[in-house]
Amino acid sequence: MRACFIAAFVTLSLGAAQIPAASTAKAFAPIDITGYWVAFVTEDWRFRMITPRKGDYQPVPMTDLARKVADAWDPAADEASGNQCKAYGAAAIMRLAARFHITWQDDNTLRVESDYGMQTRLLHFNALPSQLGERTWQGYSSAQWERPASLKVATTNLRAGYLRKNGVPYSENAAVTEYFDIAPIPSGGQVLLVTAIVDDPQNLRQPFTTSSQFKKEADGSKWDPQRCTVK
Amino acid sequence: MRSSSATLLLGLLACGSALAQVDLTGSWTPRNHEFLTGDGLPVDFTGIPLSEEGRIRALSYSESQLEMVERQCQGWPAFYLVQGPFGLRIWSETDPLKGNVIFYTIGGWEDRAPMTIWMDGRPHPSEYGLHTRSGFTTGMWEGNTLVTYTTHMKAGFLRKTGAPSSDEATTTMRFYRHGDILTILEIIEDPIYLAEPWILSRSFQLSATPQPPVGPPCVSAYEGSVGPTAPHYLPEKNPFVEEMTTKYGVPRDAAIGKPETLYPEYRKKIPPAAP
Repeated sequence: MRACFIAAFVTLSLGAAQIPAASTAKAFAPIDITGYWVAFVTEDWRFRMITPRKGDYQPVPMTDLARKVADAWDPAADEASGNQCKAYGAAAIMRLAARFHITWQDDNTLRVESDYGMQTRLLHFNALPSQLGERTWQGYSSAQWERPASLKVATTNLRAGYLRKNGVPYSENAAVTEYFDIAPIPSGGQVLLVTAIVDDPQNLRQPFTTSSQFKKEADGSKWDPQRCTVK
Repeated sequence: MRSSSATLLLGLLACGSALAQVDLTGSWTPRNHEFLTGDGLPVDFTGIPLSEEGRIRALSYSESQLEMVERQCQGWPAFYLVQGPFGLRIWSETDPLKGNVIFYTIGGWEDRAPMTIWMDGRPHPSEYGLHTRSGFTTGMWEGNTLVTYTTHMKAGFLRKTGAPSSDEATTTMRFYRHGDILTILEIIEDPIYLAEPWILSRSFQLSATPQPPVGPPCVSAYEGSVGPTAPHYLPEKNPFVEEMTTKYGVPRDAAIGKPETLYPEYRKKIPPAAP
């Protein structure tokens, strides 16, 4: 019961999700998501482990416009124009069959690197800057802890890309909301659950919602950097 | 000061594990943006880490078994609520004196029985206890997450295409609510038919449109097409084993659920896609 009083006092003192001015996101972290995580591809195998064939869009809630764009998918043109990483943007990357290395870049920034596609996401706990700069595949991600044990990430300022490698499009106006949760596996180990919601009315009839599982690995011995590919 | 006292009271109340930290009751429509049912082709065991025994059972399955009168209403185990395409209706029964939740119920559907989640600390039955489709489930709160544990399910299927589950299978589910989105993480362990825990998840959207608490009744009927034997294939002679390869370019090892195919490094063993 004493712990309950302490917890209630902390709740009173700090508020729901605010980081104390003198503290940092790292010091205030309610969960530890750092480490090496491997995608455990138990869902959508044929959309994630191989490049689906043109026209195989099931079950993405695409608009008619998006379908027209996807039907015109031309991987050779993407290659020629230097857009090999269109399917590795923030709206899609956590659904790829990849390994991720999560570290603290500084006290208020989480760094998420992928081996497949060699991408880097920065999750900023600081206040949103007035100028976001040039659009990028990974956009700008604002992060905040959600008490008692979750991380919420909101990403905008993206370059237009693909939700799937076979050309299912999202626009540069897409907004991505993600929740990171961790859980133990009863027989041993730890799983990271990332729920991702992509909002893009131009290409999606409703927010595209997926949840992906990752298993924690002891070290980076299986880390295998590979450049983006169009297929 | 009044609001501070109220917050303190809430903080204290939150310490009881049987007291709901967030409200899960209501109707939840599925966000079916992940292809979890996996029932498009007869031999699609992609993403399931089957044991060798599980693979042999799976490849011997014929969906014509569902024509058998005694199997038409067999339904699916409790974990099908994450894989199936339907929404959820969740309600609770509250102790009238203490105010705590005694149990939650997740409504069923024609092919899935309702699931009761006991929150009152009762133990699971002995290993000889009755096994049912929905099994026996207990739950507790960890912070804002409802964690449930299910045992005593009848032998059934991990996927409708015949990947089997045994009556020794257990399921741990975690219910995460983020605003109006509910994500259920499911960890299925089966010492007989799985080589390692099978981990799945699905998200649902809170809805003002009521989801039905029960589905239509399943009524079995003789369909006149099955003889006195159970339809099946010899595992090595399943005629559909190449369909995933032919139609989608999925390698055979992945189609038949070999565990190593669930990890990114398997991608290097996949031949390049045909133009």
